Amino acid sequence: MNILDIRDLNVEIGATPILRDVNLRVHAGEIVAITGESGSGKSMTALSVMGLLPGRAMARGQIKLDGSDILQTAEADLCKIRGNTVGMVFQEPMTALNPVQTIGDQVAETILVHEKTSRADALKRAAEMLDRVGLKLPPTRYPHELSGGQRQRVVIAMAIALRPKLLIADEPTTALDVTTQARILDLLRDLVRDFDMGLLLITHDLAVVADVADRIAVMQHGEVVESGKTTELLTHMQHPYTKALFAASNHAVSLPVRTESVQLLYAKHIVRDYPLPRRTLLGKRPTFRALDDVSFHIDHGERVGLVGESGCGKSTLTRAILGLEDVQGGTITLDGDPVFTGKRPNLSVRRMMQVVFQDPYGSFNPRHKVGRLVTEPFHLLDDPPTGTDRDTAIGKALTDVGLHPADAEKYIHEFSGGQRQRIAIARALIVEPELIIFDEAVSALDVSVRAQVLDLIAELCRKRPLAYLFISHDLTVVRSVTDRVMVMQAGKIVEQGETEAVFQNPQHPYTQTLIAAAPQLPDLAAVG
Amino acid sequence: MIRYALGRLTSLILSLIVASIVIFAVIEVIPGDPAAFMLGVNARPDTIAALRAEMGLDRSLAVRYADWVAGMLRGDFGQSWTYKTAVSELIADRIWVSLPLAIYALALSTLIAFPAGIYAASRRGSAGDVTIMGATQLGVAIPNFWFAMILVLIFAINLRWFSAGGFPGWDNPLQAIKALTLPAIALALPQAAILARVMRSSLLDMLGEDFMRTARAKGLTRRQALWKHAVRNALIPVLTIIGLQFSFLLAGGIIIEQVFFLPGLGRLIFQSISARDLIVVESVVMILVFVVILVNFLVDLAYAAVDPRLRARA
Repeated sequence: MNILDIRDLNVEIGATPILRDVNLRVHAGEIVAITGESGSGKSMTALSVMGLLPGRAMARGQIKLDGSDILQTAEADLCKIRGNTVGMVFQEPMTALNPVQTIGDQVAETILVHEKTSRADALKRAAEMLDRVGLKLPPTRYPHELSGGQRQRVVIAMAIALRPKLLIADEPTTALDVTTQARILDLLRDLVRDFDMGLLLITHDLAVVADVADRIAVMQHGEVVESGKTTELLTHMQHPYTKALFAASNHAVSLPVRTESVQLLYAKHIVRDYPLPRRTLLGKRPTFRALDDVSFHIDHGERVGLVGESGCGKSTLTRAILGLEDVQGGTITLDGDPVFTGKRPNLSVRRMMQVVFQDPYGSFNPRHKVGRLVTEPFHLLDDPPTGTDRDTAIGKALTDVGLHPADAEKYIHEFSGGQRQRIAIARALIVEPELIIFDEAVSALDVSVRAQVLDLIAELCRKRPLAYLFISHDLTVVRSVTDRVMVMQAGKIVEQGETEAVFQNPQHPYTQTLIAAAPQLPDLAAVG
Repeated sequence: MIRYALGRLTSLILSLIVASIVIFAVIEVIPGDPAAFMLGVNARPDTIAALRAEMGLDRSLAVRYADWVAGMLRGDFGQSWTYKTAVSELIADRIWVSLPLAIYALALSTLIAFPAGIYAASRRGSAGDVTIMGATQLGVAIPNFWFAMILVLIFAINLRWFSAGGFPGWDNPLQAIKALTLPAIALALPQAAILARVMRSSLLDMLGEDFMRTARAKGLTRRQALWKHAVRNALIPVLTIIGLQFSFLLAGGIIIEQVFFLPGLGRLIFQSISARDLIVVESVVMILVFVVILVNFLVDLAYAAVDPRLRARA
């Protein structure tokens, strides 16, 4: 039986079409995944079903949810449907909960809004629901006391408290670590079976889709370009966009063979402690050990990956390598010179290192032209190029990353996410550094754009030997662009070795857990 | 929560100690001889010496400071030089004007600002929002003493609903409250304008938060989501402003006290400075500091009551 039946749904905001003739059905006990890149209309489809489209949006067509047409239902009646017939789970568990209410109260609220029952009864049922979603914490806790995975369990408990017929999950695991992601996906699958509800799963992650969905709908530019049963769709892709999307997700770059083996970066027994707030008035401040006896090296021209879950110390290590902060123990040297001297980064070493950050939107000053942004690292040089030399350097850096020298005159808002990340790489390259740190540099990009940026990195390696530290939570990406990989857990490097060897035969239990938890795209060449 | 309160209480006591040292130092130590200052330039040396002995200035600094603090702890603030009465009596008379006035004004300001701010935020961009924001713009711009004079002109002189000034004392509470009403309104309206703007922008920030969307997905109406989830979160910055405003209302009511001839602390401190009565100045300033620090302490406790994250941090 169809729980959800969307027919010819069209949504416009002003004159801009957002969704075009979307048709989609979800049965009871079925997991349907909507996938596609950002801006394809996935979330808008979900919000249409919830009746929570932005005020200016105009919707036409039909959305039958358990028999009633959402588009023809008055707001007051929609409030009775939301949380009752349909529940929704959002992407960002850190902000999806009200920080000043206990988790029990927030789950109980779903019940109290829809049913005439006592608060005590609602709290009791909320506690049962929290238990059902596997949260082993008392309902009197506040959100800030919970981890991301635990919060997502609370959000799920809120959404399913009244056993809705349909659950919509919009990127429910995107913000979570792989091991947590695996557990949350297991929970969702389990709930679908147990409650016999339909699940509309929205995700950009094709590996997740292939892993959990019964049926898939691929969206592009507001249209469902292809849909079908998961196994059939994966084996007989028809639409070129679907093919391109899956190819990009599995994209492997070809790195040139490394020739040199001279040591570049050398880190020995690094310890980094962060002071925590004082517990007593005059007592000693307790510390948190973010890096615990970390030792490693990177050779000239070597591509090294660093993987680990959030909070394991990846970013702290980046800051230490760049000499942004002093360490409490150990030494870090680049070509034999320390990265941190006195109270500041060692500039002569610092100009040999550059960094590319995750957020292509936040890491540029929006008021400066690209030419100025790209030349920011020039302040590290004793004798930076000026006049035409400077223009030539800008032009070369932009050309190297596949942009045009004329782009130097534009502002950053004129570029897409992928182009911005190219500009970030140009900014890193302009001083011809020995070492680049990519800190989750492709994590915010869509798969097709990510594939292009990874190709660009490989191409740069072919032009000249380039050493980099590639930090990512995405094991597939790390596997394809690195020679060697290090696995970090709770401030320690628990395993390091040749990338292929580590992935094929992980030694440390934590590495094994990480690799097992990462969802895998089926080998399309084999099935198709 | 208790741990947090104790932490804040420690900080309150430390602040008071530091404040008392600073006030003592500024008034008694820094500008030369207090006795000579109080008597003026033409005083005879033997008069100054007599006053020095009377004020105990011939003793060491540490002894004088300890004596002063110990006296205050007993409620003894010394003798006023000009009024020739106990400073504690002077303060007691006047604080029963200033404190109720400040509380009255703050209550009015909150009662006006909260509904106005919440209404404006929930109907952002509507005619109501624009009107309220326009009114607050005016309220922020108008000086309260000018506003006080207009109030006197309309309600006291033309309509004769209130008296133009003075304070009858608390023997008849109704008359006392009536006498404080115009000054409280004059003080409250500009404060309410600021508070309403803070409330509105803080609420608008909250309305864009993810947890508001979660609340709507649970089936709450727009109005329910606003009241149950946004308002309490929006209170945190608003409480900060309320704390600051109370300090201002208590000590900064001096101009309004002048306009309405109210015998408050502001007037007392103003007259004591003019009369070079350092003993009174010192004590009144210390009392004001004490009240301000106490209010900040209460605001800190209110923060913790509103936001569980703060309880955990201490």
